[in-house]
Amino acid sequence: MLIAVGSLAVMGLALGGVLGVAARYLAVEENPIEAELQAMLPGSQCGQCGFVGCAQAAVALAKHEAPVTLCPPGGKALAVALAAKLGIKADLSGVADTGPQLATVAEEICTGCCRCLKVCPTDAIIGAAKQIHNVIREACTGCGACVERCPTEAMTMVPVPITLQHWVWPKPVVAVA
Amino acid sequence: MGLIERFFKEPRWGVHPDDHKRPAADAPLRMLPPPARLYMPLHQHVGGAARPIVLVGQKVLKGELLADAQGNISAPIHAPVSGTISAIGEVTAPHPSGLGFAAITIDNDFAGRWIETDPVSDPFALAPEEIARRTGKAGVVGLGGATFPAAIKFALGKRLQVGTLIVNGGECEPYLSSDDRIMRDHADQVIDGARIVMHAIGAREALVGIEDNKPEAIAAMRIAAAPFPEVKIRPVPARYPMGSDKQLIQTLTGKEVPADARAAEVGVLVHNVSTCAAVHKAIRLGQPLVERIVTLNGGAVKTPGNLFVPLGTLVDELLDFVGRVATPARLILGGPMMGTPLLHGRIPLVKGASGILAFDAQEALIPAAGPCIRCGSCTRACPMGLLPIEMAAHIRAGDLDGAVGFHLSDCISCGCCAYVCPSHIPLVQYFSHAKGELMTKERAKLRSEATRRLAEARVERVERETREKAAAAARRKAERDAAKAKTAAAALATTPVTQVEGEIA
Ligand code: SF4
Ligand code: SF4
Ligand code: SF4
Ligand code: SF4
Repeated sequence: MLIAVGSLAVMGLALGGVLGVAARYLAVEENPIEAELQAMLPGSQCGQCGFVGCAQAAVALAKHEAPVTLCPPGGKALAVALAAKLGIKADLSGVADTGPQLATVAEEICTGCCRCLKVCPTDAIIGAAKQIHNVIREACTGCGACVERCPTEAMTMVPVPITLQHWVWPKPVVAVA
Repeated sequence: MGLIERFFKEPRWGVHPDDHKRPAADAPLRMLPPPARLYMPLHQHVGGAARPIVLVGQKVLKGELLADAQGNISAPIHAPVSGTISAIGEVTAPHPSGLGFAAITIDNDFAGRWIETDPVSDPFALAPEEIARRTGKAGVVGLGGATFPAAIKFALGKRLQVGTLIVNGGECEPYLSSDDRIMRDHADQVIDGARIVMHAIGAREALVGIEDNKPEAIAAMRIAAAPFPEVKIRPVPARYPMGSDKQLIQTLTGKEVPADARAAEVGVLVHNVSTCAAVHKAIRLGQPLVERIVTLNGGAVKTPGNLFVPLGTLVDELLDFVGRVATPARLILGGPMMGTPLLHGRIPLVKGASGILAFDAQEALIPAAGPCIRCGSCTRACPMGLLPIEMAAHIRAGDLDGAVGFHLSDCISCGCCAYVCPSHIPLVQYFSHAKGELMTKERAKLRSEATRRLAEARVERVERETREKAAAAARRKAERDAAKAKTAAAALATTPVTQVEGEIA
């Protein structure tokens, strides 16, 4: 009886130890970079990158299967940040960086067709049938999806104005190396 | 004070710049004749901009409410003169960017008619909350430059049961003497205001810290405070940045305010002497904050000194009044160490403007920056015990997180490091740049979190709508089926009858 208990205990300990070591050395690499990359992306799931959403784009980025310049709303700033995170050099020549942008409705043109409202990934557009629509600036991520849907060109993208609250002192220019 | 005592009392931090305060500080206070047109900005304080409640064309009296406080932290704006509202629009802000902000334009009718005020003869009979309410309604904000709404600080002091009020008469910035002047000329107002603030926050004592380079102010304040043993005048060594809250608290009470904590958490609250005088006016006279004392100084000013000025006056008009020796090479709002460079003089005076400096070419000269020689002077001078050289090096290399690791967030932008740097490296600009960038990053992060929440909410909404539509369709189908079944049943029920009838027939 005692022998049985003892041998089982020893076996349990030994096997447990082996499993512990194995778990440490053979751990399945759970890719933390994917989560980090996803956190960097705008998260509006606008799909302009060609993926279903930001999570899928992050997976592709982590595998280096997608260029860091994939996200139009993120612009140059995001491309640089992604490249730094992935430790690669980004080719930014193709990025037309317009800076952060917002959608706005030209009220005199909008017919109230409700098409823009249906595609906005963040529900940033308010309006009703045959009423002038409008964009809630705080909620708009500048993805541009609504502009493509608008049949009357009432919806356009404008640069986010610089305000006192957002202005940043420029970095001093270093004359001497 | 003995020499040895003095040696030990001399703080180890900070710098001792030429103060350039006289002769401006000794010139008697002058009144600026109110200009014909004034521009009252809606955002002259920390917190949300005020919301205009007047219309263009409306006539207002001096002291009338123009824009009301909006949000939890904000302050109202009042008319500095009587006259007519002629516009509500953008003017250049006193800001290094030269960007615009909203302001209400008033055309002066030169009648100088006040609104009906509601003076209080015995403020100590009022509840502390009532003092805070009246101070808030009068638009009083920290006049030392911080412009934090005073009433909110009262409430904070009351809640944290602050025992000591510190009245800041440090005014350590070179060239400025507006606080000095208010202590010399209106010591009674300052002391009375300080006692009202004590009542509002429930403090037992008030310590008035005045730098020892202002003997006249100390003497005047001692006389005014004589009847009130709870108000103690405490000369402190003249050393920059003595007027910074943390440094003054430490010098007067020996208490160190921990990083990322508020002064109230160590049992003290700091108010500037000019703020105390404004509280006195708000309570005793019922007058909102519409005027202040401003120092006009610098090599380009013909008659330097202090002026009593309605808020909203353009800087150019102040300079016209005091005269220019030469075209100013640089304009600064506030002091030379921490002030804001102004791009031109068509900028209105705001509540936090303690001085306007017009420098001549020689004063304005900024020597070209050289490479860091690692002398360590900046580290010795930093009153917060930081390593400016390390922070700047990281920021230059674009490594903001590295700079944060050296406690960038504790930097009070006092400018001591840049002042002593023999290589004239614009250290503070590096820190301002980095702080701005970090704030932008923080905002972007909050924004992307909000975006994610919104996107998830939408997905959820779309799913819910599809579900509801499906459910509604199913329900309708069920209803239709039920109705069909019913008619079928009814038909079934009627058929036998007909059959029976048929049988009968
Ligand atoms: S409003 Fe237009 S640009 Fe803004 S998030 Fe919605 S779809 Fe994109
Ligand atoms: S799609 Fe264009 S026209 Fe239609 S509601 Fe939106 S903005 Fe108006
Ligand atoms: S690092 Fe900041 S707190 Fe220290 S001396 Fe420089 S500006 Fe002042
Ligand atoms: S004072 Fe200037 S030169 Fe000296 S260590 Fe600091 S940054 Fe370098």
